[in-house]
Amino acid sequence: MSSLTATQRLSIIREKGRPTVKDYIPALFNNFLELHGDRHFGDDAAIIGGVGMFDCTPVTVIAQVKGRNLEENKRSNFSMPHPEGYRKALRLAKQAEKFHRPVICFVDTPGAFCGIDAEKRGQGEAIARNLMEFMTLKTPILTIVLGEGGSGGALALAVCDELVMLENALYSVISPRGFASILWKDPTRESEAAELMKITAEDLLRFGVCEHIIEEPDGGAHRDPALMIENIAEYLTESLPRLCSVSTDEMLERRYEKFRRIGEFRDNS
Amino acid sequence: MALEDLFKVVKDRSMADTKPKADPKQKKASPKVEIPKGLLFKCPRCGTVVYRDDFERNRSVCSACNYHARINFRERLEMTADKGTFTELDAGLTSVNPIDFPGYENKIAALQKECGLREAVVTGVCTIHRYKTVIGIMDSNFMMASMGSVVGEKITRAFEYATEHKLPVVLFTASGGARMQEGIISLMQMAKTSGAIARHSESGQLYVTVMTDPTTGGVTASFASLGDIIIAEPKVLIGFAGRRVIEGTIKQKLPDDFQSAEFMLENGFVDMIVERKVMRPTLSKIFRTHNYTRSEEYKGGAAL
Ligand SMILES: [Zn+2]
Repeated sequence: MSSLTATQRLSIIREKGRPTVKDYIPALFNNFLELHGDRHFGDDAAIIGGVGMFDCTPVTVIAQVKGRNLEENKRSNFSMPHPEGYRKALRLAKQAEKFHRPVICFVDTPGAFCGIDAEKRGQGEAIARNLMEFMTLKTPILTIVLGEGGSGGALALAVCDELVMLENALYSVISPRGFASILWKDPTRESEAAELMKITAEDLLRFGVCEHIIEEPDGGAHRDPALMIENIAEYLTESLPRLCSVSTDEMLERRYEKFRRIGEFRDNS
Repeated sequence: MALEDLFKVVKDRSMADTKPKADPKQKKASPKVEIPKGLLFKCPRCGTVVYRDDFERNRSVCSACNYHARINFRERLEMTADKGTFTELDAGLTSVNPIDFPGYENKIAALQKECGLREAVVTGVCTIHRYKTVIGIMDSNFMMASMGSVVGEKITRAFEYATEHKLPVVLFTASGGARMQEGIISLMQMAKTSGAIARHSESGQLYVTVMTDPTTGGVTASFASLGDIIIAEPKVLIGFAGRRVIEGTIKQKLPDDFQSAEFMLENGFVDMIVERKVMRPTLSKIFRTHNYTRSEEYKGGAAL
């Protein structure tokens, strides 16, 4: 595996030709049927959801949609979901639980959308609800971070049994630019922030946030999308039966513990 | 009284205060120096200026617009718990520096000294109108009560304790959000706390959130929004995204009441707005209607 810096990875995941869920979903899943709407307010194009087959296993897919061009990005709001997107995700996750289908989430977002309507419709509540409900969802959940995993907007699809990252994907509490502008009042120090924040797949593996890294083609996924798809498929072939073989009680206990363990502090009592 | 007049009063008073201190002998004898800048309180919501004494006697509530201002942990505990009933949990947890953020340890140490707190949240057990409950109070003086490992761990442990001992939880939330100085670890605290709340909830116990000024970011997007009953204090700031971030996106100024408690009530995200002076009886009613019984242990004990 490569030893690229966070800044180099940042530029790789911003490559125009980097594959998105629009490439991955048709290539990985047969019989995919998109399901729309949160049943409360509307349908958020920033998150695609649906059912399909991975080999012989029915699965629910929930994916954040980075556009491949400006037109697609406008439609999917540059992959920044509104509350109804997170509520659609929750609806589909509950549906998966009912039919004992594993859930596969694809994370690729700069963050949840920040706007007047998002606040009015409870962006905070929508994310919070997903964190709590996904923690006790009685079906396996697997999350793949494809590119950018931005903050709570990513976490709302990342309370899972196994979190995997593409080799160059990043996952952070805030974008490096936001970090620099808030903590140093200087957004131009983005690159310095990216290095300091420890946001690469290897960093997150060390912190216990990420369980597995999927190798990318040399130079990044955009250099050979077919190979990237193959690598993801290989990982799913291995992981899905493994996750599905664990009993529900055991699975929920492990999921709770996975997050319960994360945190560094001193206990002087 | 006009604002300028009030400032004149302060100025005059502070001059009067400094007069005797001009005498060096007297200065030695009395090292206590009056700090005039703390004499007045200017309401950040309506701009009204009042004497700090009057303001504090009014439970730190603006008498002009009813804004419920930020108060520290001790003030909150004093006006919430039955006297002498509070026992702290996990008092020994302190922060480390998981991503080696420059200057983080020093900042924590300075705040510990300044606030007299180890971290931004204090958790424990107390009674309120003799109802025994787990309580958590966030103090925005401590790094804007941002959530890092210690805040996440203490809240998680508080819920686990409450689940084990079949107790309700009341959390007074206030936070700028996730503590960026701890990187991804701080983000994970949102999931960790939400998990502990899920288990507490599944065990049938009650969780009441009291949103205080300001409840924002990753705290709004996790435990603050997950109460069975969500209370907000009048006029406080509640929201997910920062106001300036939104203003930057839409290129216009937002109305004053945007992301206020009242805005959240109107949009369906809080159950009720409750004033400080009736917070205790309100909590008491909530405990009563959830079949908790009053503890006989408390007979009106000594002061804290
Ligand atoms: Zn006021």
